[in-house]
Amino acid sequence: MNLTLKIWRQKNQSDKGGFKEYKVSDISKDMSFLEMLDVLNEQLSDKGEDPVHFDHDCREGICGMCSLHINGKPHGPLQTTTCQLHMRSFNDGETITIEPWRATAFPVMKDLVVDRSSFDRIIQAGGYVSVNTGGVPDANEIPIPKRIADEAFDAATCIGCGACVAACKNASAMLFTSAKISQLAMLPQGQVERKERAEKMIAQMDAEGFGACTNTGACSAECPKGISLTNIARMNREYFSAVVSSENV
Amino acid sequence: MIDSKIPPGPIQEKWTQYKASCRLINPANRRKYRVIVVGTGLAGSSCAASLSELGFQVEVFTFHESPRRAHSVAAQGGINAAKDYKNDGDSIWRMFYDTVKGGDFRSREANVYRMAECSLALIDQAVAQGVPFAREYSGYLSNRSFGGVQVSRTFYARGQTGQQLLQGAYQALMRQSQIGNVRLHTRHEMMDLWVEEGKAKGIVARNLDTGEIKLHVADAVVLATGGYGKIYYLSTLAMNCNASAIWRAHKQGAFFAAPSWTQFHPTSLPQMGDYQSKLTLMSESLRNDGRIWVPIKSGDNRPPHEIPEEERDYYLERKYPSYGNLAPRDISSRAAKEQIDNGHGVGPMNNAVYLDFKDAINRDGKTAIEKRYGNLFYMYKKITGMDAFKEPMLISPSAHFSMGGLWVDYELMSNLEGLFVLGEANFADHGANRLGANSLLQACVDGYFISPHTIMNYLAGEKPIEDPKPELSHEIIDTNQKRLDNLLAIQGNKTAEEFHKELGKILYNKCGLIREKQTLLKAKTELKNLRDSFYKELLVPKGSSLNFELEKAARMEDYLELAQLIVEDALQREESCGAHFRAEHQTPDGEAKRNDNEFQFVSVWEILENGNHNLHKEHLDFESIKVSERSYK
Ligand SMILES: Cc1cc2nc3c(=O)[nH]c(=O)nc-3n(C[C@H](O)[C@H](O)[C@H](O)COP(=O)(O)OP(=O)(O)OC[C@H]3O[C@@H](n4cnc5c(N)ncnc54)[C@H](O)[C@@H]3O)c2cc1C
Ligand code: SF4
Ligand code: FES
Repeated sequence: MNLTLKIWRQKNQSDKGGFKEYKVSDISKDMSFLEMLDVLNEQLSDKGEDPVHFDHDCREGICGMCSLHINGKPHGPLQTTTCQLHMRSFNDGETITIEPWRATAFPVMKDLVVDRSSFDRIIQAGGYVSVNTGGVPDANEIPIPKRIADEAFDAATCIGCGACVAACKNASAMLFTSAKISQLAMLPQGQVERKERAEKMIAQMDAEGFGACTNTGACSAECPKGISLTNIARMNREYFSAVVSSENV
Repeated sequence: MIDSKIPPGPIQEKWTQYKASCRLINPANRRKYRVIVVGTGLAGSSCAASLSELGFQVEVFTFHESPRRAHSVAAQGGINAAKDYKNDGDSIWRMFYDTVKGGDFRSREANVYRMAECSLALIDQAVAQGVPFAREYSGYLSNRSFGGVQVSRTFYARGQTGQQLLQGAYQALMRQSQIGNVRLHTRHEMMDLWVEEGKAKGIVARNLDTGEIKLHVADAVVLATGGYGKIYYLSTLAMNCNASAIWRAHKQGAFFAAPSWTQFHPTSLPQMGDYQSKLTLMSESLRNDGRIWVPIKSGDNRPPHEIPEEERDYYLERKYPSYGNLAPRDISSRAAKEQIDNGHGVGPMNNAVYLDFKDAINRDGKTAIEKRYGNLFYMYKKITGMDAFKEPMLISPSAHFSMGGLWVDYELMSNLEGLFVLGEANFADHGANRLGANSLLQACVDGYFISPHTIMNYLAGEKPIEDPKPELSHEIIDTNQKRLDNLLAIQGNKTAEEFHKELGKILYNKCGLIREKQTLLKAKTELKNLRDSFYKELLVPKGSSLNFELEKAARMEDYLELAQLIVEDALQREESCGAHFRAEHQTPDGEAKRNDNEFQFVSVWEILENGNHNLHKEHLDFESIKVSERSYK
């Protein structure tokens, strides 16, 4: 296949940035999208130009590193991560537009690389069970009904890629935050800190500059792990019950 | 010279005794000590969090943008523990024995026993953190069996056990960075180890965003930087996995053990074209129902469904009737390579074997198979465009896990005092072949349960460090800056990636699944030539701040040096054991032939001033079990 690539180039955080066009040829349909970009980068290096910087690592759809807004969609046309997208999803002669995630809380570092440390700070605010190493009960002393375990697991599959934020017109991080809050709220281990956790994580999410949720559902539709909107509803319930009970005190 | 510091006493009591007698530090004094932890995979995150909980100051470094991205995240299959929840005869002893045997009697008995012993508490710890292991309808935890053993001791979390365990460790780490004494340095790459009077006292790290290189001092340094299987280029590892941290420590005096022991995973997807950057792992569990075969006629290019039953060779079932398609990894991988080398390889590049579900589908029905492996079949289709319900999967062996790594003693401390090495980065527990689902365990146990005790024991004998004199720190920073400047100055015409691909080819062909003296010698020459051309032809685009190509080039430089030691190590070991198969040393029916009289030791390499290497031997004494032939027939 021969393709035209319209790629966002930006030298550093303070640079204004802009699109640049490149051509690649002889692309095999079995290549992954990132391997296609590898080909472009070899080409640029051979010409002495700076290769396009993009995030990636495992290339197996699990580490959450890869990103890219491809033709207006986070992770491209399929509901998967960019590293798991193959060129058979595109047509010969096509022009593909590639941009970084766009969100105030995800500043662009260079080209297509963004800084997602805001997600870490949301977890830091309370996305855990406060248990130290050692002194815990036998694992089978905490039986958990399979239905609940499975539901909590669905929420736990979030890989922290940020596509939900990139998909949302308000750049809201509700899907990401609610996935962790839900997972722990459903499990017996997470009960003790349930209210405090919801309050703190949501406060941090707001402090990072993520937008509000207007229930369009774009996040879940683009999430490569299919994290469900019910998590957001659950988070809202957790939050309101937390606020109400702390006002009572 | 090699002292593994194994505590005296019966094997069942060594660790208990050690803990009872190791030195402690008063809680109020702990905050005076600072420990650097490099790496935030299972080993690093768990160690850092646990040390901070005890009250130590912890500085954590990772080149990743977030601790949660470490490659532990990619582990699919599961984690072993001798809980015996199944009542199927499992015990610490059995797990210990399986692991030593699986490693072909080339691991240190006392360490392996301790790993099995600590496995029980690890599952408890993970569940308490909220790690969602698979459960039965009763609400209790579920187990499955994994290659090379006869009990079901593997705990799992769908196909993402690593991601779920890492979430647990990451969350513990993030909690400590909020309430405790952890300081995170993400996007920082360790470039060098700082050694003072023979003791590790800090690291040199480069801020990848700004390019700034700085010395960070501490009272002890922990390296938990993962495996280096990516040196083979095509592998199941992440693109950025590297050996730089341990290699730089090695160059500062830390011994490197068994560098050539690399595990090749039998069920990864084969290479489909030259552009390919990695090989995706398909879970080993597929071997429970899939049958592996190749056409009997070499060069047979007919599509699989046109090859009649009598013209197929189910070679694992034929050669290993009692384990069949479930033979251990090293054996399955080597058998596949033999078939491929003898012209029986299938697929577009004739580099694969078939994993066929036809009989399982006929036996159990499509629905049952879909229920068991649906997500894997779906992933296979997404990557290859092929439907495994209709035609057999194509699989091939791929570089996967490094049993080798920095040498450590029973305390997980290197010969350089104050340098602790955890997880896949050390050599300790897996011998010459790792059993599936044991390495997540090792990484966790090293970090949560072992290193917190042994590090405290070490620190108790140290006076808290002061910042070094500025002249000294300038020198090591300059050396490291110059190193990068030199790489930038070459301005040739070949990228680091291109060198990496060439390096991978040399290692796969000449120091991979099958090794032989003559080809190893050839590899030595080729590696030397490749290194020479690296310093003439490398091309790194200018730019000292965020520059991925510069990061790759520096890692590549280290890989090129390590590759030479890998080949040296493979040459020196005139026997076959586990993943190390020397063609000259095999039984008449083609099985690995160990030489216990001469090689019952771990090869431990010391680097000399002139860059050459000196071999030390750590003899392996088996006091608790009888060394036997490792047979799976
Ligand atoms: C695809 C795959 C599947 C697997 N499946 C299983 C399984 O089912 N069961 C099992 O038991 N094992 C499995 N393994 C093996 C297991 O996952 C690893 O051995 C284990 O997770 C290693 O953990 P670790 O903490 O030692 O290293 P890692 O998780 O690799 O972490 C390394 C860390 O070091 C950091 N780092 C490295 N170099 C530097 C540097 N120079 N400067 C700064 N930071 C650095 C990285 O950023 C990272 O944070 C699998 C491995 C792979 C590749
Ligand atoms: S919720 Fe989905 S899209 Fe958002 S970070 Fe998690 S995996 Fe990515
Ligand atoms: S590179 Fe890891 S999820 Fe895509």
